[in-house]
Parts: sequence; structure tokens; C-alpha cells
Amino acid sequence: MDVPYPAKSFQSRVIMSKRKAKGASKPIGECISQLQKCLRERLCHNRIPSQLEASEAQHKHLLGLLQRTANNGESNSVLIIGPRGSGKTALLKCVLRDLLQEKEVQKNLLQVHLNGLLQTDDRIALKEITRQLNLENVVGDKVFGSFAENLVFLLEALKKGDRSTTRPVLFVLDEFDLFAHHKNQTLLYNLLDVSQSAQAPVAVVGLTCRLDVLELLEKRVKSRFSHRQIHLLSTLSFTQYLEQVASQLSLPDDFPDREFALDWNSSMRRFCEDKSVEGILQRHFNSSKDFCSLHMLLMLCLSRISTVNPTIKPADILEASRLCFSDAKSNMLHGLSILELCLVIAMKHLNDVYEGEPFNFQMVHNEFKKFLQRKSSSVYNFEQPVVMKAFEHLQQLELIRPVDGSSAKTQREYQLMNLALDSSQIIEALHKYPQCPTDIKQWGMSAFG
Amino acid sequence: MKARLRVRRVYKWQGEPLRFDRKLKNFEYGSLIISVEGLPRRNIINTGHCILIEGEDEDNPYVAKVIKLFGDEGGMQKKAIVQWFVRASEVPVSKLPLLGRKPHPQEIFYYQGRGCNEEVNAESILRPVQVKQLDGPAAFPDSSDKDTLYVKLSWDTKTFKMVDSALLSPSTPLCCPKACHPNSSPSSLPSGTPASRRVKQRALPTPDPAVIQQAASADHRHTEATTSPGKDGGLNAESLDSKIKLSASKCLGTKRKNASARTPGVRKRLELHSPEKKSLPFKDALSQLLDEEFESEVELAQKLSTSPPQLLHPTYNLTPRGKMHTTPANSDSISLKPSLVIMNKLSVYDMDIESQTRAVSSLTEVDSESSLVPLAAPKPRTSKRKSAQLVSSRIKKQLNLLDEQQNLDSDTEDEQEFVPSNKALSSSSDDDEMIHGDESVQVKKGRRCTAGTLVPRSKKNLSTTRTCRKTPNKKGAANTSHTPRLGTPTIPSRLIPARHPVNILEVARTRLHVSSVPESLPCREQEFQDIYSFVETKIIDGTGGCMYISGVPGTGKTATVHEVIRCLRNAANMNEIPSFHFIEINGMKMTDPHQAYVQILEKLTGQKATADHAASLLEKRFTNPAPRIETTVLLVDELDLLWTRKQNVMYNLFDWPTRRHSRLVVLTIANTMDLPERIMINRVASRLGLTRMSFQPYGFKQLQQIIMSRLNKVKAFEDDALQLVSRKVAALSGDARRCLDICRRATELCEHSATNTSTRRLVGMNHVMDALNEMFSSSFITAVKSASVQEQLFLRAVIAEFRRLGLEEATFQQVFIQHQALCRVEGLQSISVSEVLAVCQRLGACRLLLLETSRLGVLQRIRLNISQDDILYALKSD
Repeated sequence: MDVPYPAKSFQSRVIMSKRKAKGASKPIGECISQLQKCLRERLCHNRIPSQLEASEAQHKHLLGLLQRTANNGESNSVLIIGPRGSGKTALLKCVLRDLLQEKEVQKNLLQVHLNGLLQTDDRIALKEITRQLNLENVVGDKVFGSFAENLVFLLEALKKGDRSTTRPVLFVLDEFDLFAHHKNQTLLYNLLDVSQSAQAPVAVVGLTCRLDVLELLEKRVKSRFSHRQIHLLSTLSFTQYLEQVASQLSLPDDFPDREFALDWNSSMRRFCEDKSVEGILQRHFNSSKDFCSLHMLLMLCLSRISTVNPTIKPADILEASRLCFSDAKSNMLHGLSILELCLVIAMKHLNDVYEGEPFNFQMVHNEFKKFLQRKSSSVYNFEQPVVMKAFEHLQQLELIRPVDGSSAKTQREYQLMNLALDSSQIIEALHKYPQCPTDIKQWGMSAFG
Repeated sequence: MKARLRVRRVYKWQGEPLRFDRKLKNFEYGSLIISVEGLPRRNIINTGHCILIEGEDEDNPYVAKVIKLFGDEGGMQKKAIVQWFVRASEVPVSKLPLLGRKPHPQEIFYYQGRGCNEEVNAESILRPVQVKQLDGPAAFPDSSDKDTLYVKLSWDTKTFKMVDSALLSPSTPLCCPKACHPNSSPSSLPSGTPASRRVKQRALPTPDPAVIQQAASADHRHTEATTSPGKDGGLNAESLDSKIKLSASKCLGTKRKNASARTPGVRKRLELHSPEKKSLPFKDALSQLLDEEFESEVELAQKLSTSPPQLLHPTYNLTPRGKMHTTPANSDSISLKPSLVIMNKLSVYDMDIESQTRAVSSLTEVDSESSLVPLAAPKPRTSKRKSAQLVSSRIKKQLNLLDEQQNLDSDTEDEQEFVPSNKALSSSSDDDEMIHGDESVQVKKGRRCTAGTLVPRSKKNLSTTRTCRKTPNKKGAANTSHTPRLGTPTIPSRLIPARHPVNILEVARTRLHVSSVPESLPCREQEFQDIYSFVETKIIDGTGGCMYISGVPGTGKTATVHEVIRCLRNAANMNEIPSFHFIEINGMKMTDPHQAYVQILEKLTGQKATADHAASLLEKRFTNPAPRIETTVLLVDELDLLWTRKQNVMYNLFDWPTRRHSRLVVLTIANTMDLPERIMINRVASRLGLTRMSFQPYGFKQLQQIIMSRLNKVKAFEDDALQLVSRKVAALSGDARRCLDICRRATELCEHSATNTSTRRLVGMNHVMDALNEMFSSSFITAVKSASVQEQLFLRAVIAEFRRLGLEEATFQQVFIQHQALCRVEGLQSISVSEVLAVCQRLGACRLLLLETSRLGVLQRIRLNISQDDILYALKSD
């Protein structure tokens, strides 16, 4: 969320008059938009980091491997394995950037990028490979031949080459594990077979988050895979994490307005040393070490910066963290009507009584009616069809789910349901529910219906 | 459309048997009488005579000398032992330059190569021919005398040598055809050489009786099936058709005689075969003739009815026929030639419309050059069609063949391009000779269909989609015309040459790469020997057989077979064994088991066809006897993937070798030892036979030896390190690939650690250990260790919940309660459901946990993918 600057020149002038030292430099509004641009690029993964501190060894390994493919024509296969957000793609991008700085490599290396989520079967993958290798001009104006012909075609193309004279081809298979689910693993077998035989030099780089990916490979395919695995498992400590946060937020030296940058950087240093900020970051760190979620958090902070509010304050990160950690389901409960909320509470009590056994509409309705009788207030006295409607609405919101197997045949009133909410979520929602009637609140909080 | 008419010949022994061979139980005879049914004329063949034997190419039947004639006891089988001669056209084109001059059209070579079956069926003998031996320096006699063939040199598949006259001595005028009297039968026209005979028959008015006889005899052709691989059952129905055509051909024959009195067909053919004789009159005659041809074709294309104006086009098949058959010795060129030749033909066709007489010269040039040489195109001509232009220009680019632009004609012409080629094929077959088996199959399928499926590749390139769409055999046509194999696809070659290894570690690494072909295959000597002798005996005996090879991955199965084939090739080159044809298919490299047929056929003949069609063609090929067929060695890798429900692919693969004439050796490779018992039904397993071989996983000594032999005295490893690698791998899998990969990784590690010191270093134990750890250690424990606090807590909650339940499965809700409790114990802030769910999903993505679909939310069930002990171990050591 970009904060617009309605009276930019005016405001910046106001601020400039406040900070007289900055009078010579650019207007503050411009500085802030520059800052946001710079940091957003970083946080949205548009810019490849200049170097990856955490994975020096892996970087070296992969770079050496690809260099040998590009320069010596040595075929290789390697898997980069790490949990989501551990920087697999960043590592590869980094390596490729460094690799392509060599002129020799730039002229030789052909790249093919595939993604298991896009190339969902071998036929599509083959077409994509052919396209990316620019072989389709050989194929001709006909769209493409059959799958079998494509395969033969591609294999022939690769077979024609030899180690020293053919341009090396880099195959990057993102979501590698999904390729292992293709029929017979034909594509993997052939790519890995090429990498293990005296054909065109290829480097097959697979990226996956599954640690058990090798078990997915068929034995022949597995035998052809070189078993090189680059694991990206972060061993980051909290202090390193903090340093990362600081460096992620600090402006580079080549920022146009130097003074502003220095100012900003020192404020960020102070920000990171703040105790409350540290607490919030600690909580994030405990939850997950990956940088994607951190970037999400920082992004939320960053978008709160405006000319009025030119630095990140601890309150900003607190708010951002609250947004990040808020519970999705209890947020949904806020939007329910009182009747629906009552039904949810009735279900909660049923769950407590029957220890998570499924319930049906009649049971819920009975429970609700009991509550009404006890309170003897007629405010919530609804007809059964109305209650039924509310019940169905809850089902549409997937707050309750029908039990598997007890579907169509049974009447709606007697269809068995499970509550897809935890009692803590319900209680949290009750606390936050705007103007929740006290009796309902009490009913919800009480241990027994 | 058009059937080939064949004359039925009757073969009889003349006189009493000369002697009886007790051992072989056969009678030897002195001479054989060949008479054509319904004609008075007889040909008598004696031992020592030279004869024509029907082969794949009916314009140029095989030439041989009879050495022995014999029949079996019952008189059922008539056989002849022959000494072969080869024509210049049968010599592989790549070898022709060895001759040092242009071959004379009537020149034949005394064949001294091996790999040809010297025993032929006597019923494949066509008629006698005269062969004269010439001295080396002697010039060829006047070529106008076409009855005789001349021998100067011998050909042993490698070199041309002077013929030892002793070889041919028994009857120096090698053969004197005993044709009793001139006859109108095409099979025994005495005045025509084999090359010209048929054309003459067409060019001259043929008496009606002959035609009728031919037609009448057509239905007898089946009786000759054993002798003619090219025949096929579908032709009978068409004999009536061809009868009409023949009479039509007579009319045209007369006409053509008037048009070109000097039998242009003959001339042209000779012209095309003997480039040194180029004379303008011929060309004129040719173009005239072609014009005429074109007219008739247009007619034919327009109305498919068998009306008299539909004519035969002897000229059309002239060029290709001669080229189509090559000596079996050169298998590579076989696939290339037909396509090239048909391109030639096309260009002739194109040009004759515009009366470009240059065509002849361009054609002759092409013919005389090697098969890879592009067809010399006529002068550039603007095309009326864009697509035609596009296609042609692409061909030009890809094949790098054409110097000049080759264009196609307008739509109508495109359409017709197919027609002549079909007719060429069919018209060529309505003689009494046989053509190649594959073609005859397709002839049956009718013209249009043939256009799509049969016409070789480069011809298809020239064709447009439009024509193909019209073909009734849609699938085949579509497949073939859309084939991406227009050119030869290649990854572009590199602009900067590859670096070469500089230091010893790099050298070692290159040598240790699995792809580098080792000088020898150590540790598989016994298996090598077994396979070698198996294949060798089959090749020498000319029989077929199957062998099943099993073994876990990386035990050198495919490598051993390739090594065997390499050695056998060497042996064949040294003339120790007959030459053979090696084909390899891999179950993993095809999308569907039935593609196996397509791939085999393509590698065997260069044809493209649909799976069903390919299966029938192969069936034909391996069933019908053909003289001079060479053994085919077929390697089927990853056999288990060829499994289909009916198992017909496997059945066929194992059934063909059992056919009498197939000469097919099938080597199959798969991983499981008991594959035949497990997945094959009985009739398949039975045909596979019991010749099995199992490759045991390598032991540590063998692995060590493999590495040592690969390194070949490059000292890069410490001995202990090698031993460690090989012991480790032998204990794990015995996979040589693994072993080599570890060694390679170890050299890298060594290189990295040695960067600071430039001194030479050996790969030591620590490097190997590191490499082993990298490759084999499970990453689960590290992953748990490096997980975030909440993730670790969640894992502990899962274990706690499992312990509480006594089950290995819990719902998220249950685990969540445990998690909350643990949070309180650890003094962490309580954490929302969404957050814990996200933690749980992350663990599920790495497969530390196995989860149900995330839609179930808190209701999803959780299981561990890693043992509880491992988790506790990982968490404890923190």
C-alpha cells in the first residue's frame, strides 16, 4: 500500500524547514520514494542479492559445477534441496549471474528452465524444451509432431552432440519432485541418461523442497543421478537474523541522497536495537527462519512510511506483526451474525461434551434452544428454517465440514458435521466480537453448555 | 491400384541327379530348366552358368554364378549354391570412389565379401545371363551390346581387386544363355540386358497373348512366395486391374515408340546410371517422354478409374530403382538413398513440366556422387506458393544441401507429385520381377495412402500438408508429414572450444566420468565372453536367438553389450565374421511400448510409419526369406517398460528370431532377474528362452579395479581412499556409477581444499569421507536441527501426542493442544492456530511430516515421515 503524497512539495518543504541540515539535498518526498523503490526491489526478490552470506560453500560448489559444464563440457546433475524460503532459487540465480559474467560461458551456455508446476507432464515439458532450445525452427511450420516424435527428436538432437564440440545445455528443473510423478519418469531418465553418457554436455539442476526426493526416483533413474545434493538448511542464529534484518533495511552506499541514507541507516540501527522490536523479531524467528516471511513483515512496515512518518517505528512493526500473526479463522468469525455465532458456540459445547464426535443440525439446534430456554429471552428466537439457513452459511464458509461418506442420502438436518475450528479460536473471536451480548459471551466462555 | 504382374515360372530338374549327398540328404543336379508357363521357350541353367536372381530391385536383379544345383529328397526344395556378383549400384556409395573411375553400366564385380547367403532358392532364379571377364586394362566393349555383363574387378566390401581369372575359369565365357528362341515373354527376352529388358518390353508393342498370360498367371504368384520377399498377398485382387493397364501400356508403348524411336526409356536409365554418357538427343527424348508422361498422369490423377489412357510410366522408376538397393554391407546408406533418389525424381518431374532438359545433367551428377551429397537443384524458379517456398527454404537451410533454390510448384502440382511416385512404385511392380518387400506392402494400400506413409522422408518435406490431409490413412499421413525430423536436429555447436583438463585432478575427473568410454571393461570378462560367443555364433550361423540379461542398475549391462558389438564390428571389418546390423532401442526412451516397432523400422530401413504399420512391415521383413540379408542384432534396453496388457510387443520381439529367415538376434536387458516369470505370460516367456545372464552387483575388488582401470595410471587417489570408496559402494549397492560419482566429487573436494597450496595433492581419505557423507547421509536430522523453534516444538508435540494416543497418527487439533502446552512449558508466547498450521505445512512440504490435504484445516491428520528416535536425537543434541 503506497501512501500517496497529496501535497508533496508543500509537505517536503515543511519537513525541510524542520530539518535544516538537509536543506541542500533532495526534497524528502523524493528521497522516500527512492527509498521505497530500493527496499521494495530487495524485499520482493526482484533484485538478486549481491552475495549470499549463509550459503558460501554451496554457492562455490554449484558455481564450480556449472563452470565445468560450460567450459569443459562435463555433464553433471545436481539437486538443490531446502525448505521453502531457504534461498534455493536465489542461490541458483546468484550462481547464474556470476557464471554469465564470464564471456566464454555467456557465448556457450544454453539454458532451459522448467517448472514442475507448469510442465505438468512430459509432453508439455518436451515442447517447452524444444522451444527454449530454439529447435522448433528445425521442426518447421507444423505445430509439433506427436509426443513420441518429439521425444525421439530431442533425444536425437542431444545424442548428436559430443563433449567438446557441442554447446552445453543447462536444464533447471524447478519443483523437481513433481517431475518424478510423470509417467515412467521418462523425462528425468532421459535427461539424466544424457548427463551420464557421451552425448551433448548437459547440467541438470533440480530444485526441490522435499528432503526425501531421492526416494521418489525410480531405481534406474536414481542410478543415473549423480547423487550430488546441495542442502540449504539454514543454521542461522538469532543474532545473525537480526543482522540480516538490519542489512535488509539499510540503504546502499550508492543511494542518490547520501545524507538521507546515512540518516536512515542510523535510524534503522536504532530500530533494530529496540527491545520491543527485538521481541517481535524473536517471535518471528521462532516461528520460521526463512526470509520470505521476514520480507513480508518488513514489507508491511515499509509501506507505512510516508513523508509524515519518514522512518519505521517500533509501533509499525508491532502492527505489521499483528497483521501477520492474526488468525484467519477467528477473523472470519468476526463477520458472522449473532445467530451464526450462537450456533458456533453450541457446536463448541457439543464438541466438548462429545469429545469431537460429529454432530448434526438437530443437535446444534437443540443445544441452541436449551440456551434460549435458560436465558428465557426471546430476542434470539428464530424459526427453524432461519437457523437452518445460518447453519448452511457456516458450511459454505467451511467453518463446519460434512463428515466424509455421509453426504447426499441423508436429510440435511441429520447430516453429520465436524467443526473445523479450535475452541481457542472461538474464544478469541468472542473477545473481539464487536458489541457481543454478554449472555452469549458468558455462554461461550462457560465450560458447560 | 496397380498390381505387379508376375510371370509364373516353372522350375524342373533336367536329367537324373548326378549324385546323392548322404549327409545332407540331397540330390545334386546338373541343370535346371526354367520355363515360363504358357510359352514354348525354356531356359536351361547349368552349373557354371551365370544367372539373374530376383532381388529387391527388379530392374537390376542380382547376378550370380551357379556353383551347384541340388534338391532335397522329396523334390520339394530346389536350391542352388551361387557365387555372387555385385553391380556397381550395390556397392555402397561411399565406397564407390575407391574404384577410381566411373563404373560401366554393365560392369559387375566378383563378390568376395562375406555375409551373403550363398545358398539361394532355385525358384528365385530369373534366367541366365552372359558374363564376360575383361582384363584390367581392356576397355569395355561397345555398350550397345547390352546382353552381357562384364567383370573386371572383385569387391570384398572394402576394396576393389583384380579378379583372379582362375576364379572364373571353369567357363571363361562365363555363361551362354541357352535361350532356345526369342520369346515375347518379358522374363526371357533374350535381347535385353536385365537393365533394359523391361523397358523395352514396354516400349515395344507387346503381343496380346503375353499380356493375357501374365494376367492369368498373376494369381499363381503366391506359390513363389518363398522366393520373393517382396510379394504380398494383397496383389491378387488387383490383377484384373493390371491386366487392363497392361493392354493400355501396349497402346502407349506404340505411341511412345513413335515419339521416341530410340527407346528413350532405356537410354534414360542408362544415362542416369552412367554419367559419362551425356548426349543431348537423349535429353530431348527424355523431356519429350516426360511431357507425355505428365499428361497421362494428370489424367490419372483426375479420374481414378482404370481407363485405357492410364499408363505405365517406366521412366519414373528408372532412377530410383537402380539406387534403391545397396549392398547389404553398407547399412547406413540404405536409409539415405531412397529419399535422395526420390527427390531427384521429383526434380525431374518438376522440370519436365517446364521442359528443362538440364535436369538430366543435374541428376546424373547426383547419382554419381555419394548419397549424402545434395541433390543438385535446377535453376531457381519463383514459386507460386508461399508455403512451398518456406518449406523448400527450410530444407535448404537445415540440410545444408542445396546450393540453389528448390521450389515446388503450384497446388495442383503438389498434389500430383505424389501420384507419379506411387505409380512409379506400382508400375514398376507390375512386371514379373520383385521389388523390395516393404514397398510391395504399401502398394497394396492404394495410391493415396502410400503417398502419406511410404514416401521417404525428404520427399515428405517437399510435400505440403494439404496433400497429406487428403490421404485416407490419416494417422500415418499426419504423423509422417508433421514429423519434426525434417532436418537432423542438433544442439548448436559451441563457439568457444571446450577447455581441456589441465591438472592431474581434472584429468582424473574426466576419466572418471561415467560417460567417458573406457578402453576395456574390467570385471565383466566372463559375461562379455558369453554374450560375444552367443552373438557371434548366431551371426556366423545366420540364425536367430534371444538372450535375457538382468542386473541391478549400474552393473555394466548396456556397456558390456555395446562393447561386444564394438568387438563384433571390428571382427566384421576384419572379415572374420559376416557383417551385421546393430539396432538399439530403449524402453525408457519411448513414450509407448508400441513405439518400439516404429523405432526398429526406422533404424532398420529409415522408413517412418505408424506403430501398426511398422509392426506389419517388420513382420513381413522377418518372415519372408530374402537372399543376401544380413543378420540384425537388436538390443532392447529396459525391457520391462515394453510390457503391455496383451504383451504383443514382447511376443513379437521374441517370436521374430524364431522365424526361419529372420536372422535376428535379440538381446534384452532389464533389472529384475525373474522378469520373465513375473510379468510375462507363458507364450512370451517360452519364446524368450532360457538363455539368461545375470550381472551380479560389483564387489569391492571389482569396483576398485574399475576405478584403477579408468584412471589408467593417473595417480590422483590414495590407495586407501579408493578402497574406502569401493568398499562403501559395494556394501550399499554395487553400482559402478555411484562409485565413479563419489570419486569425482572427492577430486572436487580435494581441489577446493588445495587451492591455497599449489602443490600436487592426492585425494585422501578425508575427501572421500566428505563426499560419501554428502551423498549418502540423510538430511532429515540436519533438517530437524536447523528447523525453527516452533517447528521443533511442533515435532515434539506430535511425538507427545503419538505417545499419548499410542497411535502413529493424530489430527492437527490434538497436536495443537500439545503444542500449546509445550509453549507454556518453554515460556513462549502462545501462538495462534493459523500460525501453527503454517508451521505444520512447512514441515509437511519438506516431508518431515505426512499431511492430508490442507483444506481440512485443523481436522487434517498428521503422521511422521521420520522415526521418533531420529527427531529426539536431533532435538537433544541441540
